[in-house]
Amino acid sequence: MKRSNEPIFWSLFGAGGMLAALIGPALVFITGIAVPFALMNPDTMSYTHMLAFSQHWAGKCFAFAVIALFMWHAAHRIAILLHDFGVHAVALVKFCCYGLAFLGTVIAGYTLLTLGS
Amino acid sequence: MSNRRPYVRSMDGWWKRNAYYIRYMAREVTAVFVAAYAVVLLVGVVRLSQGEAAFNGWLQALKSPLSLVFHLVLLATFVYHTWSWFNIMPITMPMMFVGGKRVQPGMITGTGLVAAVIACVAVFFIVRGMHP
Repeated sequence: MKRSNEPIFWSLFGAGGMLAALIGPALVFITGIAVPFALMNPDTMSYTHMLAFSQHWAGKCFAFAVIALFMWHAAHRIAILLHDFGVHAVALVKFCCYGLAFLGTVIAGYTLLTLGS
Repeated sequence: MSNRRPYVRSMDGWWKRNAYYIRYMAREVTAVFVAAYAVVLLVGVVRLSQGEAAFNGWLQALKSPLSLVFHLVLLATFVYHTWSWFNIMPITMPMMFVGGKRVQPGMITGTGLVAAVIACVAVFFIVRGMHP
């Protein structure tokens, strides 16, 4: 029997879903509402601070994990969702969804690496 | 060639037929918003790598009223994601036994939600602690 690739994608889906469930609301509130609209120190996300954050290995790992895992989580769910809405080209849908998540992962990884340390 | 035209029930809007399916759809659709937020962050990282002017443009875009509305919608869907994620966790995770008894679904959901609240509050105070 051919081995299924499902466990890999399901693990990424699960990891992303768990990360989003645990800290997603706080991240959206901070980056999208509190800092841009000065409920928190607007300097929190200044160029200097964000550059320092992305140049620290921990910051790099955190940013990469959030972006990549959120994308893999969403890709898996959206692939199944499209099937629910009557798009039955399963292989094509999976290729596109996982492909976009992969592209996002590569861009995030490459960019964070080029930001240096 | 047969002229039979068997009746095939349409699947259009199947998920609107039942409250359980509507909740299922609501839960799965949060993924679209999770993807949208990941793209916002990814653009931020890319703009950061392009220098200060580029990054400030991204920051400026976050200050627009449209962005505020967008992020309020995101926040609502993320909170719903958290709630629904732990709500289905008793079904998605392997059965767990403590002292020979199966851990109750309410216990799993409750623990997850408490963990999420603690994690969110922790993230908030860590960020605020770094830049008071």
